[in-house]
Amino acid sequence: MSKFEFPKSIASRPVWGTLEVRPGEHHLMIAEAEGAEAILDIATPDLMAKTHLIYIPKGTDYVERLQALKPAQFYEGPSYEASLQRIRRVLEDAHMGLQVYLTGSESMMGQAMNEVMAVGLPHTAIQTEHRGSVARRMQCVHCKGITEDVEVDPFVCAHCGLNLFVRDHYSRRLAAYQGVRVDAEDHGNVPEPKGIYE
Amino acid sequence: MTIQFNDESFRDDYTFHNSDWAIKRFPFPFHEDSYMYSVNMEQHRGGPEGSVYEMRFDVDEHYVSEMKDRAMVLDQDPLRCQSLPHMTLAGWDLLELIMVSKSEDYPELFELHRNGNQWRWINKPLGIDHSFTFMDETTLPYGPMEYITRQAQGDFAVLDQRDEMLWMDAGMVTTQADWSLDFDIGMNFFEWHAPVPKAHEMGIFQRALKFLLNIQQGAPARRLNWTMTVNPLLDTSPENYHKWGIQKTTLTPENIAHKQHLRVELQTFFRLPRSNALVFPIRCYLCSFQDLMTVPKWGRRLHRVIRDLPEELATYKGFIDNRPMMLDYLSQFDDGLPTSPGIWPDLETEPPLSK
Repeated sequence: MSKFEFPKSIASRPVWGTLEVRPGEHHLMIAEAEGAEAILDIATPDLMAKTHLIYIPKGTDYVERLQALKPAQFYEGPSYEASLQRIRRVLEDAHMGLQVYLTGSESMMGQAMNEVMAVGLPHTAIQTEHRGSVARRMQCVHCKGITEDVEVDPFVCAHCGLNLFVRDHYSRRLAAYQGVRVDAEDHGNVPEPKGIYE
Repeated sequence: MTIQFNDESFRDDYTFHNSDWAIKRFPFPFHEDSYMYSVNMEQHRGGPEGSVYEMRFDVDEHYVSEMKDRAMVLDQDPLRCQSLPHMTLAGWDLLELIMVSKSEDYPELFELHRNGNQWRWINKPLGIDHSFTFMDETTLPYGPMEYITRQAQGDFAVLDQRDEMLWMDAGMVTTQADWSLDFDIGMNFFEWHAPVPKAHEMGIFQRALKFLLNIQQGAPARRLNWTMTVNPLLDTSPENYHKWGIQKTTLTPENIAHKQHLRVELQTFFRLPRSNALVFPIRCYLCSFQDLMTVPKWGRRLHRVIRDLPEELATYKGFIDNRPMMLDYLSQFDDGLPTSPGIWPDLETEPPLSK
């Protein structure tokens, strides 16, 4: 099962929903890895005939099943970064009433949501559903570098190399959680990393 | 009175110091012998003569050195001052509010001459005499918010108001108690307060928001907040926490008296006229334990507050590890006598330490 129940947390931490079919002439779906299952759950021939589906497999094996849904347009991207220019181009043509469905990791949903908001679509037009990896996109508060796919706490900043602990404080603007030096008050005393939700 | 500006540092050799005048007017934040969160708001309409409440924007002996420290922080990290594109008008509002207030409240230090939109601003302590066109950004060396807050003590959060909510959409933040403007910019009131323990469950933020949304022009409000800082370090930012955090471990029974500082924020809230934004100045005052202990009432009270503070709050405020050492020191100044209500030192009426 690709669904994970996130523990209750602080007010800045995003809460993800469950996708449902909404009426509309145009639908944009951006799915990553196990997010494919959320699409498969709601897909109907009528919906998919009006849908542009952008899919980032990240090593999973759902492409054929998604293609079998016969979306109006289908694109398979090797990574979110590689798909970004295409997503922006699609959003450029977006009209009011476009329904957006985001499903996959928190990192992808957070970043894609910013792209959608940036073209002026209302947040009410965006639905989300978390599926798959519970890894986080982290910003180092010290060097400002972003480290993707962080699964353990503490972790090493990919940019400045400090050992950072994983906070639940989340910035929608950055689509990232905050990482803070774990051994700031006792240099070198870095706890053994464990899974973020362990 | 004429203010003698200190030449002092808030980093490295830490030559920061408070005069007797500054100690007696220190905004001691505890009005009783215990502390718990509350929406402790009151109108910001002056206060006792010479107190930090008297003027709209208090100027004290640390002014010039604090502004030098701010300039250093901004040189190293320009992200401490940010303004989202729709907040420029609020920046002009803030510039006007500060210039008008300071020139009226401290005419010997600041002058503002206005002829239509042609303004001349004289800031004598910082040696500035600048003519510019109000609402024309090209006539200022920085954006309006940055220009004026490089000349005003304390941090400034400029909050946009829309959808019955406040949004942290601009700010100048170089003397903060461990929060990041760069991370929090764009967040709503509940989001940027999310890391604060307990207060959400107590309904503090819901009530505070309701109060703040209704602040009217010309009717500012204020409250005090506090934390603890080892060394008189203004820039206790998360950005630099990997550098300054270790200073907390340098506290010893021998140096605690001059090294440990009570850090108090005088938070004020002003409605801005054109933008309808809310400006939230957060003015930081530091006082060493040894200077606080010269006021017998504060000695008694600080010991009791720190002793009885819930563990969660001592952890959040970052001094849980040092609390036992603080209590060893502070207990010397608590003789068990009752204390008078309110925050004022009451030096004439409170008994000296009998211990």
